[in-house]
Amino acid sequence: MRKLRIAALVVLSSLCLSINAMAETKEIRVLLANHPYGDLLKSAIPEFESATGIKVNAESLQEGQLTTKLTTEFATKSSSVDVFMTRPLQEGKMFYKNGWYEPLTGFDFSDYPKNVMSVASFGPKSYLVPLVTEWQVLYYRKDVLKEAGLKVPENFMELEAAAKKINSDNIAGFASRGKGAAAVTQLSSFVYNHGGLYLDNGVAVFDSKPAMDAIRFYGKILGTYGPKGVTSMSWENIMPLFQAGKVAMWTDASVFYGQVVDPAKTQVAAENVGIANFPAGPKMNSPFIVTSWGIAIAKQSKNKELAMKFLEWATSKELATKGMLVNITMARSSVWEDKAILAKVNPGLVETRAYAAKNGNPLDRPYMSAVGEARDLIGELVIESINTKGESANLEKMAKEKVAKVNEILQDTGEYGK
Amino acid sequence: MVQSSFTERNLRILFPLPAILFVAMLMVFPVLYTLFLSFTNWNLTSGSPLSFVGLNSYTRVLTEPRFLHALTRTFLFTIFAVAIEGVLGVAIALILNRAFVGKSLAKLLLLLPLVATPVAVGIVFNLFFDPTTGLANFILKSVGLPQGLWISSAASVLPSLIIVDVWQWTPMITLIVLAGLAGLSNEPVEAAHVDGASEWQILRYVTIPMLMPVILTAMILRLIDALKTFDIIFAMTGGGPGYASETLNIMGYKYSFEYFRMGQSSVILVVLFLVVFGCSLGIMKLRGFSEI
Repeated sequence: MRKLRIAALVVLSSLCLSINAMAETKEIRVLLANHPYGDLLKSAIPEFESATGIKVNAESLQEGQLTTKLTTEFATKSSSVDVFMTRPLQEGKMFYKNGWYEPLTGFDFSDYPKNVMSVASFGPKSYLVPLVTEWQVLYYRKDVLKEAGLKVPENFMELEAAAKKINSDNIAGFASRGKGAAAVTQLSSFVYNHGGLYLDNGVAVFDSKPAMDAIRFYGKILGTYGPKGVTSMSWENIMPLFQAGKVAMWTDASVFYGQVVDPAKTQVAAENVGIANFPAGPKMNSPFIVTSWGIAIAKQSKNKELAMKFLEWATSKELATKGMLVNITMARSSVWEDKAILAKVNPGLVETRAYAAKNGNPLDRPYMSAVGEARDLIGELVIESINTKGESANLEKMAKEKVAKVNEILQDTGEYGK
Repeated sequence: MVQSSFTERNLRILFPLPAILFVAMLMVFPVLYTLFLSFTNWNLTSGSPLSFVGLNSYTRVLTEPRFLHALTRTFLFTIFAVAIEGVLGVAIALILNRAFVGKSLAKLLLLLPLVATPVAVGIVFNLFFDPTTGLANFILKSVGLPQGLWISSAASVLPSLIIVDVWQWTPMITLIVLAGLAGLSNEPVEAAHVDGASEWQILRYVTIPMLMPVILTAMILRLIDALKTFDIIFAMTGGGPGYASETLNIMGYKYSFEYFRMGQSSVILVVLFLVVFGCSLGIMKLRGFSEI
């Protein structure tokens, strides 16, 4: 009997000890994107853990899957996520409306430009910390342009002329995303430079004359001088073609520069790859420059203090500097003002960023909650335009229908005219 | 004592109860919940709580041309894929049922597509069908044939996807039919031989009719699967270019996880459920008919 009592006591005390230990374990769950900065954070997490004693359970997901996972977990109120990377232009409005972001009242946002903060704030409060900015650039093959006796195109007319001269069976003169919804972001700078917009004060206006001119031009140049099957191509299809030497000029986001010149991934020598400002249009030159990624704390998190510690570390200037040194274009202003850092960043990125920061547009898609659906609708116009090389007689009629549909969605979500 | 008599009296209910509860929780509940959601306007992009809207979501989705196109496409994909798989699967099984050198190796090779992960298959075929750098066009060019756009063109995307489905799933039909052939009695065939029937007549009037129940079973399994095909289409085209390869399942996914219109997405899935259920019932009736 005595032995039994002792055994019971031992079991009880060890149970108490383990419960105590569990209570003291500081643990958070973080969802990151498969993005160069997400990878950088993941590799640096052990430093954070040893400095703070907080255990970080980090998961990395592809961007679309990250949105799906977060949405499913938050909507079913079953989430244990504390901190997550988020795309403000794609999901920001929807997450805010559903109350999934925790307002970041104590955070110091003084190092972030106003236009960058415009997509991180709703009303007087800010809900996410901007991490990375991206802008549209023109990647080109220096050797191919030189051989053809061409200079780097500075406007759409020169772009078209160069694409025409270079285009052959072996190399596409020009490439950009043609895959419906995916193309909408890259088309945006063409629309802006023609003097158009997707939305104007919460009303869809992409059937306006300037926007239609832009969509026709995009269809013409891609349909005539683009790679075969471009209507099913996004950046992940075009980049390998550029790296294989099958594309002479390519417009897309600045974020791909590191991969385009990475000798392990490309057959084109780095010295033959150029990066230039996006070409000007008939009305202006205002390429997009957007906050592509931010980081936020989940409203339902039970570890908000620990989450804030992680957030402050993940957005620190030290880590932003590390990001800049591997060509990740960070959102903090100070890292772009530090000459010691800039000396180590690719000059092409520095120059194109300076231009876009001064002249660019902070949106690259219709900024609304139901952006996925709106992108699909605009994407239909892009595909029609490419398939007809910009000549479709049906395009204006289609655009009117799509505008009506997007306005209907805006009304459904209570965002029309706002 | 009272307890044991209760158990004894209710044995036939108590014993299968865990299994029934398991099925109810994991299979019936999701279906009923989807049905419930289809009568609501749950839309995460509006940020407002879900409310009951009766048949509103049904009217809105069912009158969309996009829905009708997706429905037609689902049937086209299924009919062509399953018909080709049926013919090829039975033909290959009949060939493999004969003795020849390297039969085991042929069987093994044939079964390889079955064990491949659909997403991996999708990625490999994406590279294969690439119009600029893909092997398909390289082969066509080498033999002097015109090159195709494969999954990059609205006109050829569905046939290209059917090719991939046929490549992956024909072996399943072959496998089932081979098992059926192994179980057939040899006597009717011998009797036909004695009566002077030709090989073709034996196949046409003896073997195939005897195999019919097995063939139809294999076809039902494939049909249900083909109607719900998601992985290959999602991995290869995501429903594109545009909506050119969007089937009901892909459309349902997009409405849920890209548009976040949960109520309307449920309508699409309810319709898909009814389509699959109806088709399975139809074929089962046919199977019963063939057995008579």
